[in-house]
This record gives sequence, C-alpha cells and structure tokens, in this order.
Amino acid sequence: MSDQTTVTEAAEAVPGQAPEAVTNRATGEVLVQVRNLKMHFPITEGVLIQRAVAHVKAVDGVSFDIRKGETLGLVGESGCGKTTTGRCILRLERPTSGEIYFDGVNVANLGKRELVALRQKIQVIFQDPYSSLNPRMKIGAIIGEPMKVHKIEPDPKARNERVRELLNLCGLDTRFADRYPHEMSGGQRQRVGIARALAMKAEFIICDEPVSALDVSIQAQVINLLEDLREEFHLTYLFIAHDLSVVRHLCHRVAVMYLGKIVELADCDELYDNPLHPYTQLLLSAVPIPDPTVEAKREHQIVKGEVPSPINPPSGCVFHPRCPRAVDGCSKNVPEFREVKPGHWVACTEV
Amino acid sequence: MAVASEVQADVKLDELFPAKPWHAVAIDLIRRYPLGAAGAVIVVVMILMAIFADVLSPYDPEENAFEFMLTPPGLQFWMGTDQFGRDILTRLVYGARTALFVGFSCAFIGAFTGLVLGVASAYFGGRFDLIFQRVMDVFMAFPLIIMALAVVSIFGTGTQNVIIAITIPFIPRCARVVRSSALAIREIPYVDAARACGFSDARIILRHMVPNVMAPFLIMISAFVGQAILLEASLSYLGLGVQEPTPAWGLMLQGGAEEYAESAPWVAIWPGIAISLAVFGFNLFGDALRDALDPKLRAQ
Repeated sequence: MSDQTTVTEAAEAVPGQAPEAVTNRATGEVLVQVRNLKMHFPITEGVLIQRAVAHVKAVDGVSFDIRKGETLGLVGESGCGKTTTGRCILRLERPTSGEIYFDGVNVANLGKRELVALRQKIQVIFQDPYSSLNPRMKIGAIIGEPMKVHKIEPDPKARNERVRELLNLCGLDTRFADRYPHEMSGGQRQRVGIARALAMKAEFIICDEPVSALDVSIQAQVINLLEDLREEFHLTYLFIAHDLSVVRHLCHRVAVMYLGKIVELADCDELYDNPLHPYTQLLLSAVPIPDPTVEAKREHQIVKGEVPSPINPPSGCVFHPRCPRAVDGCSKNVPEFREVKPGHWVACTEV
Repeated sequence: MAVASEVQADVKLDELFPAKPWHAVAIDLIRRYPLGAAGAVIVVVMILMAIFADVLSPYDPEENAFEFMLTPPGLQFWMGTDQFGRDILTRLVYGARTALFVGFSCAFIGAFTGLVLGVASAYFGGRFDLIFQRVMDVFMAFPLIIMALAVVSIFGTGTQNVIIAITIPFIPRCARVVRSSALAIREIPYVDAARACGFSDARIILRHMVPNVMAPFLIMISAFVGQAILLEASLSYLGLGVQEPTPAWGLMLQGGAEEYAESAPWVAIWPGIAISLAVFGFNLFGDALRDALDPKLRAQ
C-alpha cells in the first residue's frame, strides 16, 4: 500500500517516543494508527482580540495501534484525556498535532467533505444514554436518519424494515420505533445508541464509557450485546472506560492513560497479571475484590496527592510527584515508551 | 427476558395513569394559570373578531357617512362614530384584523429569523459567533421605536413597511435569547452524535438543535405579538404606520385624541382600551406559557 510508506516516514519524524516500533506487531492487520496525537485546548483572554494565555494539554503525545477485529481498552481516571482521544479519532475535535490513520488515510487533516465518507466507517456510543438521543425525535427516526442522509437505504419502507431489524438485533422490541427517548429506560436507550452506530454499517466503533451510566445488571447485558455484535459484524472497538473489570472482560489489549499520556500498553491478561508501571499497579490495586473477607485483609496502596493540572503538567515523567518509586531522574527525563517484553509497552525508566 | 418484562411494565403503567380527556386538561390549566387563561380568552376573542369582521359588523369600516358625524355611543352605533361618521365598533373589529396581521407577521418572521440565526451563531461559535453577536449588539442599542422610525423613514409608510420596520429590531432580540439556550444544547452529546453521523450543518441546526430551543422561542413569540401590536399602534399614531382609511387602532386614537378629546372622547377611548387589552392579553398569555413550559416551576 502506498500509504504505508508515508505512515512510517511520519512516524520516524516524531521525536521522543518510538512509535514506529509500536506498529511492529506480529499478527493482524492494523486498522487505526494514532501517532503522537496532541490535543491542546487554548485558554483565551480578551474580548475582541483573543489570545491564548495557556493550554490545557488534554492529550499530549499519544501513540497506539488498533488491529482489525480487536478491542483496545483505554483506561485511566477522570480527566486523563481518554475521551478527548476518542473525540479526536472521531474528528469531533481537530487535533493540535499528530496523525490518525484509519485504513491508511490520515484522518487528522481531512476537510469537511472527505470527513463525510469517514463518518460512515467510524461511529460512537456515548456515555450518557439520557443525553445522546435527541429528545424530540422518535427512536425510528433517530436510527433511520443516518441511513436516509447517506442514502444507505433511500426507500422509506425498506428503511423502516431495517430500523426494526436493527432494534431486534440490539435486543429491543420493534414497537420501540414509535417511541420517544424519554419513554425508555437507560439500558434501552443505550441499545438505541448501539443500533444507531450499526445503522451506518460502521467498521470501527468508539465506545466512550458505554456502561458507566447504567446499573450493574444492565451493564452486563450491554457488554454481552457489544460482544455479540463484535463477533457477528467483525467490529473493531476502542473501549474507553474506567471500570477495570469490565475492560478485562471485553478487551484484547489495554492502554493505561495518565494526564494525557499513555503509560502502559499490553495484552489484557498480561497487564492485569503483571502490571509494570507504578501507576497501573496502583490503579489495579484500587479495584475492589468482591469478597469482604479478602477485601478486609488486603493491603491497600494509596496514591498520594491529587492529579496535577493538565495546564501545567509536571516536568519529566508526569507521574513522578505521586509515584512511590520515583528517583531523582524522574523529574528531569521524559521516560521513553518502550517495549520491555514482546507486546508489553511501558513509559517508565525504573522498570 | 428482561426486555420483554420492561415492555409489559410500561403497558401496565399506561393503564394505571390513563391520558386525561382534553376538557379535564383545560380545567386543570385554568385552575393553575387563571391569569393566563384570561389572557388566552382575550387573544381568542380578538382572533375571532379579526376572522369574522365582515359578519360581525353591519357597517363599512372605510366609507364616510357625514350625516352620522361624531354620534355619541347609542343603540344604533354602540361605540359612537368618528369625525367621518364611521362606526367605531366596526373600525375596531376591522382594526383587530390589521393589528393581528401586523402582530403575527412581525412576531413570526422576526422570531423565526432570530431563531435560525441564534442557533447558527451558537453552533458555529468562535469568530463567527463573536462578530455576529457584535452586529446584533448594534441593532439592540437602538430602542425599538427609534429603530422602527428609522426604517419607516427609509422605506416609507404602509402596512408592509410597518411590518419590516417592526420585524428588524425583533431579530436580534430573539437571536440573543435563543443563542444562550442553543449554547447549552450544543454541548449535549446528541449534537455530537449528529456530527459523528456526518450530517450537514444545516440539518444539525434545523433538525437537532432548533426543535430543542422551542420553549424560550414560544415565549419570545407570544411576547413579540403584543409588542408588535403596540409598536404598530405607536407608529400609526405618529403617522408613520398604517395610513387612512385602513382601520388601525393607533390611527383611530390619533384622529380622536388630537381634536375631539373634550367634545367626543369616545373616539379616542375605545381604540385606547382595545390596544391596552390586546397587549395585556398577549402578555398574560406569554407569562403563563413561560411558567407552564418551565419544568422547575411546574414541579412546585
């Protein structure tokens, strides 16, 4: 592929991290490549002539790959930039710098018209099912609209049929097509959100905390639905979450984010059984064990301090002020994101 | 299955709380918003007057009848006649037609233009929003009546120009209010979802954002109708609006007040009452609408 060469060239031009090695995976065709992605939001001052006084570095140099048919988990605490990363790939935000290749095409610089074609391939499921559906539209119209606009199913009758099919596929009664979102429960609405993503025949779906707003029993149903659909339509997911047990159940690989950077990336089991980065270790130790006797006896590691401001992140390794294993060099040297074991990447000098 | 049981639960709920018949809803509304109901009655009476003006009045509103000049209110002419012998009640009824025509056209054209511009301004944001809002500020800096006077002096008098004159200052007022609601809606994920689906800007603005700013918009429209009626009366009174012999309340007031305030006060009193009542009615109705559409107030 001709695009492949440009990808490598672009990757080599990026200083700091070593993303060209990230692509060096043994198996699987790569669908999405993110290279040194940065999203800095300006904080402006002034009424008529606005100038940027500072930047919120929501995403600050993130690189990863997603293979076809794979589910990549993106975890981290609130405000670490995982949702912004997803929004950049969707091109709901125009990234400050970096490249996002989808099927070999750099998405980051696409114009409005070229984006329309991309929109059909990348879809999103939002966190809050209560606000992700237009309250003034019936469910049938919400699911049918993309098919109408993109002429996937221009005939109204066939479109109605397809809407009902999608509802069934997502475990909803076809009668829901004539209802409004406020007449449905959170779990049902989230199923509608999934049906809308499928209506476009998307290949890649960004799941932005799709179950965090649902109660636990419904969470399992929606997760199972996502799994079934993945098998049936060979979908690729970027699964953004903060619930680590959900991620372990669903994902093939997991990337851990902290303050706009990826600190560790590994296969799911490897990451959970053998976490290398101190932040990942602390994060995993915070997961409660569903057994009160074990939970009571267990030693808890508590992270000191608060998450620093992304406006003025710490020098060197961004985690060093809170890191239990920090040494002098951590405040000066930006740790290289390196492969310590095959497929296991860590950004820490002390590992 | 869980889904099936949820559907069943919904059916039972519908049976437990059957939809109320329309008259029960109406009585409920009257009890909760008595002033609003009074406003609605005034508005409805006015609309009926305007529609059935030909049927209601036995006289011609425009033809002079000098033999009946300045007849006081009585059995033949319930509200008396003016200086040209025309029946005041007839002219009042036909005047409702003018007032409502001007009121509704101005309110609807002004509010809808403001609606689309306001939502577009919020949707596009950034520099476009900044510049557009400063332009709106310039329009807002003029008091309504001064702005209308300026437009009339440029385009000339007549019903059509009065409508233009009143509509233009309405646009920024509506755009400003709608923009603030649209700014909040812009951040709600269903707008992001629409963008992620690759919909055009026009579709997102018209189909996904505009229907969701309807509550402030309806309140604006109802307030605008009253304001437009008052403005039209003011312009006509100043001789810059509707011209003789078209029946218009402001015009009737002017003709009566200047020369006959002492000798034939009825010429000015009736159109004055009509203007106040109409504006009062629309304002009461608009206030009640605002309360009814505000879920926080409704909960109390």
